[in-house]
Amino acid sequence: MREFDYRRAADVPGAVALLGAGPEARYLGGGTNLVDLMKSGVERPALLVDVRELPLDRIEETDGGGLRIGATVTNSDLAAHPEVRRRYPALAQAVLAGASGQLRNMATLGGNLLQRTRCAYFTDVTKPCNKRAPGSGCPAVAGEHRNHAILGASAHCVAVHPSDMGVALAAFDAVVHYETADGPGALPLAEFYLPVGDTPHRETALPPGALITGVTLPPAPVAAASRYRKVRERASYAFAIGSLAAALDVRDGAVHDVRLAFGAVASRPWRARTAERALLGGPATAEAFAAAADAELAAAEPLPGNGYKVTLIRNLVVAVLTELAEECRRNEEATR
Amino acid sequence: MTTTTTGTVPVTGAVGTAHTRVEGRDKVTGAARYAAEVPLAGLAHGWLVVSTIARGRIRALDPAPVRAMPGVLAVLHHGNAQPLESDYVGPMGPADPALQLFQHDRVPYAGWPVALVVAETSEQAREAAEALVVEYDEEPHDVAFAAGRPEAYVPAGNPRSPAEQGKGDLAAGLAASAVVVDEEYTTPEEHHHPMEPHTATAYWENGRLEVIDANQGSAYVAQELARLFALDPSAVRVRSEHVGGGFGSKGARAPQVAAAMAATVLHRPVRVVLTRRQMFSLTGYRSPTIQRVRLGADPDGRLRALDHEGLNQTSTVHEFVERSADVARAMYDAEAHHTVSRVLRLDVPTPTWMRAPGEAPGSFALECALDELAERCGLDPIAVRARNEPEVGPLSGLPYSSRRLLTCFEEGARRFGWADRDPRPGVRREGRWLLGTGTAAASFPTLAGPSTAAVTAEADGGYTVRITAADIGTGARTALALVAADALEVAPDRIRVRIGDSDFGQAMLAGGSAGTRSWAWAVTLAARALREQLALGGTIPPQGITVRSDTAEALAALPPRERHAFGAQFAEVAVDVATGEVRVRRMLGIFAAGRIVNPLTARSQLVGGMIWGLSMALHEEAVRDERWGGHVGADLAGYHVAANADVPLVEADWVDDPDEQDPVGIKGIGEVGIVGAAAAVANAVWHATGVRHRHLPIRPDRVLTAGAGDRG
Repeated sequence: MREFDYRRAADVPGAVALLGAGPEARYLGGGTNLVDLMKSGVERPALLVDVRELPLDRIEETDGGGLRIGATVTNSDLAAHPEVRRRYPALAQAVLAGASGQLRNMATLGGNLLQRTRCAYFTDVTKPCNKRAPGSGCPAVAGEHRNHAILGASAHCVAVHPSDMGVALAAFDAVVHYETADGPGALPLAEFYLPVGDTPHRETALPPGALITGVTLPPAPVAAASRYRKVRERASYAFAIGSLAAALDVRDGAVHDVRLAFGAVASRPWRARTAERALLGGPATAEAFAAAADAELAAAEPLPGNGYKVTLIRNLVVAVLTELAEECRRNEEATR
Repeated sequence: MTTTTTGTVPVTGAVGTAHTRVEGRDKVTGAARYAAEVPLAGLAHGWLVVSTIARGRIRALDPAPVRAMPGVLAVLHHGNAQPLESDYVGPMGPADPALQLFQHDRVPYAGWPVALVVAETSEQAREAAEALVVEYDEEPHDVAFAAGRPEAYVPAGNPRSPAEQGKGDLAAGLAASAVVVDEEYTTPEEHHHPMEPHTATAYWENGRLEVIDANQGSAYVAQELARLFALDPSAVRVRSEHVGGGFGSKGARAPQVAAAMAATVLHRPVRVVLTRRQMFSLTGYRSPTIQRVRLGADPDGRLRALDHEGLNQTSTVHEFVERSADVARAMYDAEAHHTVSRVLRLDVPTPTWMRAPGEAPGSFALECALDELAERCGLDPIAVRARNEPEVGPLSGLPYSSRRLLTCFEEGARRFGWADRDPRPGVRREGRWLLGTGTAAASFPTLAGPSTAAVTAEADGGYTVRITAADIGTGARTALALVAADALEVAPDRIRVRIGDSDFGQAMLAGGSAGTRSWAWAVTLAARALREQLALGGTIPPQGITVRSDTAEALAALPPRERHAFGAQFAEVAVDVATGEVRVRRMLGIFAAGRIVNPLTARSQLVGGMIWGLSMALHEEAVRDERWGGHVGADLAGYHVAANADVPLVEADWVDDPDEQDPVGIKGIGEVGIVGAAAAVANAVWHATGVRHRHLPIRPDRVLTAGAGDRG
């Protein structure tokens, strides 16, 4: 590991000033991803600015029933918060589906959004990787890509974003807030991650030196009936091979509102707006759910070794929406 | 504790009762020091640099820029390393080329050690090692393990157990069979990955090479080092007090050799620790296997023909044979019986022994094939096994020392609820899950190696046992205390057991499930002789009274027998065919493994083996990228082992398995627990879904792609 400087920031402007705009400086949250990457030589920062002590560790209610979540809120605190569990249960479930208890105690919201792909070529500095070393090539396309992207990828990079939390945030229209030396800014999650194209090393639309200060979740009554399902190669402590955040409101058999986002299928959490549009106003049946999934997955471009993900996501959509529809039906009956 | 003199009321019965580990408190409080934690004045740290190419030569390696980095003390490489002896036959056979560090410029596989950077701190050593530029002349490499390659060959094996063995006319036997199973099964490359990485610290003291190590046999490692460095055997001492797991990987490896080389150059202690990533190429692994099993049987399930052909890979520099076909020689008879384990040489590291070498992958293929035979005969899987229970060794003709396999199945079936099982596949549903149960047989040879021990009656009334045993987490230290206590007829708390020091003399290593059997034998002989000597009366001098033993003669006098531990494995699984998820719900293993010394740690060994079988069935797989010849995802995020949440109710127990003819009565329990476990899980997945999965691991994508209900 390369030697580096370490500074602890006292406040947000101080953190932004400490970091400057240097390409060799990184903010340090829980360090659960960055420190690993420093050990493996993928990240070689000259300076770490520790932002963990910043006063960004609150979860506050916003007008109309939304939430504002500070950037240094730990995954554990986020998942345990009663209003998160009540208003956005899929978010709490997604967070709890990730990592381990020890890691969730360390990991932060801001760091989670910025975590890097777990593509094994990216984390092995002896191999080419366009994301790590632009222009060196992507060995995954013709190599080991069982857990790589089926949507929105390019020939330059087929890596997937590893976050569970981000999938739920995408489903609920989260907005990311940040601070720069020039003042604050905000990006909807849908615009936060950049398309892969031929620049897979450019991952977010954050301005240089920006510090994520928090995320706001707009009010979303449908989110109260939401679920996160994660499929992985063992029961715990593994990244998803496919996941789904879903929320559904069915009234008199018709879809009144729906949210769908997929994980582990693209370079970013994949909001399935095509599927949502296909479902709105239509019948809440397994056939309709399958047709909506197919509509979204029509854009899929699976590689030779990951075509199973198309089937997996389709099956997850049908299974989870069927469960949610059944719960809506029972709730409707109970309130009659 | 009182320090009564000997001759009071004899105490026996320690063996067979549960005792917590004698070093357990030290381990959980951190007082126990593992090899990389032992403090030493003037300690320097070595970091290995390994090749990034899979075949070729080192063209240029310039240590000068790295030598100038902070704290760097030395860079050892093929241009400056001391010569090592290579023309010898060591305790484990011909010299292992993987121990010939920095002796030439050839690179035979990816991850081959090309240099050692030594620095004042491990951080400095690592940074410098990563900065070292090595240029290669790369040559085309070949890591494509596949069936049908003409270069595969039948290894010479050894006279007592040839790699190929058979009897009868296989073609005729198959042709005359009403039912034939002919299937290919594969297992992937698997790695040991003990929690404690491999590490060694070496220094010279009073003309002796001292090594603080984490190994499975300090006497063996000391002998290997003495040979390599052309030292008198008495000039090498290897100690290995606590070991955080070994599973076959902790023999003589690069760290001991590298540390000894650097300590010799620098005249100060040097420690070498491997990273998890380095362990993938430097500590051995279980070869992938491709196995073809052909079973021919009468309609009643009685075997007429049995053919088991296994293939494994090895390196271009050293032969290792994964004897996956051997298991059939102990398990089932048929008029026509053929078993062969072939080898394919590739540009890969040499595989090695890994928990139940041969039996673990071999039993997956054979016990799945038996299940398929039962299905095609319309018989219960246990009934098929009972129908093929041999009287004597199918090929040796020797009687079994004891074979209580059917007792294991009877007891297991009773406790698992097997009698209520509906044999039809794919018909049990619980929510999104399809449920199924499966079973398989297990066996592992009962081995022993010559060992010496010393038992001392101390003047304070205690006893000290000294033996170069290894406790790699098995509870061996505790087991030997119980064995010594019974032989001396005293309470176990009066016994001190000192192990893991090559100065205690030659002893079997912790391998082949033979450690406790071999060491207990030696300890018993010495302790009994000491007890007899003490019974003559007299006082104990300050230095105590020591009696030594050597089991070599007793071992040689053992009559030839088929000696094996046996077991019956049961598993229940739930499969969601819409997502491909497979969850094991419960496992039960019933074993017949001779005398059980310490039920507490024995159960832990058996359960540990079964969990590894679950992990082998569903998770473990090291992937090579053929373009570079090395691994993809060489860490524990990429190489999945079962997590706690994957391991439900796992229960192990045993039946009485006495053998009055055996002087020790102990069989091995370290390995039999994994044997058959993966097959039981795979057979349960078939019972749940109706789909046979013949390729491990049974990953979600494989289950999803295979679907359900296809009974073909």
